[in-house]
Amino acid sequence: MSLVELPTTAVPPARRRLAGRGLPLLRGTGLVGHLCAIVLLGALLVAVFGAAIAPHDPDLTNLSFAFVGRFQDHYLGFDSQGRDLLSRLLAGARTSILGPLVVVLLSMLFGTVLAIATAWKGGRFDTIVSAALDVLFAFPAIVLAIIASVVIEPGLKAASLALSVAYTPYIARVLRSAALRERSRDYIAALEVQGLRAWVICVRHLGRNMLPIIVAQGTILFGYAMVDLAAISFLGLGVQPPQADWGVMVATGQSGVLQGYPMESLCAGLCIVVVVIAVNLLGERLSDRSTLVTR
Amino acid sequence: MSAADGRLLDVASLAVQLPVGGELRTVLHDVSFHIGPGEALGLVGESGSGKSMTARAIARLLPAGAVTTGTISYAGGDVTALKGAALRSYRAEVAMVFQDPRAHINPVRRIGDFMTEALRTNHGVSKADAVARAIGLLAEVGIADGQRRLEQHPHELSGGLLQRVMIASALLTEPRLLLADEPTTALDVTTQADVMAILDDLRRERGMALLFITHDLELASAVCDRTAVMYAGQLVEQRTSSQLHDDPLHPYTAGLVGARPRIDGDVTRLAAIPGRPRSAYEAPAGCAFADRCEHVEDACGEARPPLEPIEDGFVRCRRATELRGMLRAGGRHG
Repeated sequence: MSLVELPTTAVPPARRRLAGRGLPLLRGTGLVGHLCAIVLLGALLVAVFGAAIAPHDPDLTNLSFAFVGRFQDHYLGFDSQGRDLLSRLLAGARTSILGPLVVVLLSMLFGTVLAIATAWKGGRFDTIVSAALDVLFAFPAIVLAIIASVVIEPGLKAASLALSVAYTPYIARVLRSAALRERSRDYIAALEVQGLRAWVICVRHLGRNMLPIIVAQGTILFGYAMVDLAAISFLGLGVQPPQADWGVMVATGQSGVLQGYPMESLCAGLCIVVVVIAVNLLGERLSDRSTLVTR
Repeated sequence: MSAADGRLLDVASLAVQLPVGGELRTVLHDVSFHIGPGEALGLVGESGSGKSMTARAIARLLPAGAVTTGTISYAGGDVTALKGAALRSYRAEVAMVFQDPRAHINPVRRIGDFMTEALRTNHGVSKADAVARAIGLLAEVGIADGQRRLEQHPHELSGGLLQRVMIASALLTEPRLLLADEPTTALDVTTQADVMAILDDLRRERGMALLFITHDLELASAVCDRTAVMYAGQLVEQRTSSQLHDDPLHPYTAGLVGARPRIDGDVTRLAAIPGRPRSAYEAPAGCAFADRCEHVEDACGEARPPLEPIEDGFVRCRRATELRGMLRAGGRHG
């Protein structure tokens, strides 16, 4: 991936030295950025292989083991239904991470397309689309998710679709200003004079040069999406029990918390917190880098 | 292909207004000129006189909301009405070289991508052919190791090299008209001479028409058959280059000619035109140059003089015939 590195940007020497080290994709994000990337890579691996490496069947209930603590190779003990907690955490990683990922990809796609289209066309098209997005702004993500779960059916699909739509205006607004700035650059005019089609310029040049900002925004959005999806699952509108999901586990662990067995809610909550913090720290650093580089 | 009267580009009474803070502001007013196939026209004027705006209007690069009146016709067709595929094929025939090559080339793409993209996407040329043509043209503009340059990024090349790349890339689609907007202004003086010589040679070899925009009257008359002078968004004089230089008819042109430094003779202070340049929107109601002209009369302020034909060109001055021959001396010592 290429990043906009203008030779004219005045970067202090210390910053430049830092920027020159590390993996190409993470260059300039420092030690914290790299650590976060490792945590996320681990989370991603668990999301893909979690169900396969789970030591026990995550859905096997045995009520006589309800709320039993650490026992033999059940390292985290059991939940209220007597299911192996570690296996449920591993298996639940898939929906907990896949859901936000879908949300990020969809809303980034919608948002980027709308941002570039409005910045390029301008005029009445820009006014109408921006007004429509402002209207969409008025609906909180949770409300949209409730509507979607009624219209479609409660589940991960409805929840992620609703969140994707709810996040689109935020992304479109941030990226539109970036696209406008890029649109006014002289090299775009030079490409127009060469007779290239508008969409060719938008995809190959404008969009590509916005990638650092797109990646940074997407990373930050992932954290929000994860928390919101967990909240929706907690309300019972997202992933449906008995399927394992961190958000669902926080919800079903409630009864345990009241009875003095907080392990289920705590463990699931901790997983969410760790992933979200890693994503946010990395996103923040990517975002700093992109403003540093494109200004 | 070209129109019956042998004109490739014909600009008639072109006026452009741009929206500035909610109101329309005139930046060009009554600009008329034409360029024949293979002919070079110089467009000279101070900063803000509307030279670049004229080129941008011809290249269809005016900012959104600009209001254009008058006509620009290329090979008999109306340029201002072009859309879609017709606009793209027009742009294949009319190339543009910009003032600052560094700002006008996508900094994150390789030189090779920049040069071959239009050929490959719009003209269906294969990658190998496009690269071969690019290397050939780079050799023509004096860049011998084209193969290596194509792999480099813009920041690895000097300004002079980059401007040559820009010229080579403008010539790749074999345009019939080249718009050169101050192509040498951003370069140092020795590089300027090189780049200018290359541009002039290639133009003559290919029989390409040229609109050469510069604030250097000397350079324009060296390169161009005819030279037009702009002031405050309008054309004030258009003559064959040698005539304009030796026998200026408009007091403003005479002032420009008189203000240039001379290599012979002792001069302690360069001559200057009094006052400051006017933008098109703040120009006086009558003759735009009236408030700075030393030959001004009361009648000059009353009505804007038209662009009147004289034997080898056009001039926009009421007193042109009356003052003829007297201007040079006046300009030099004024």
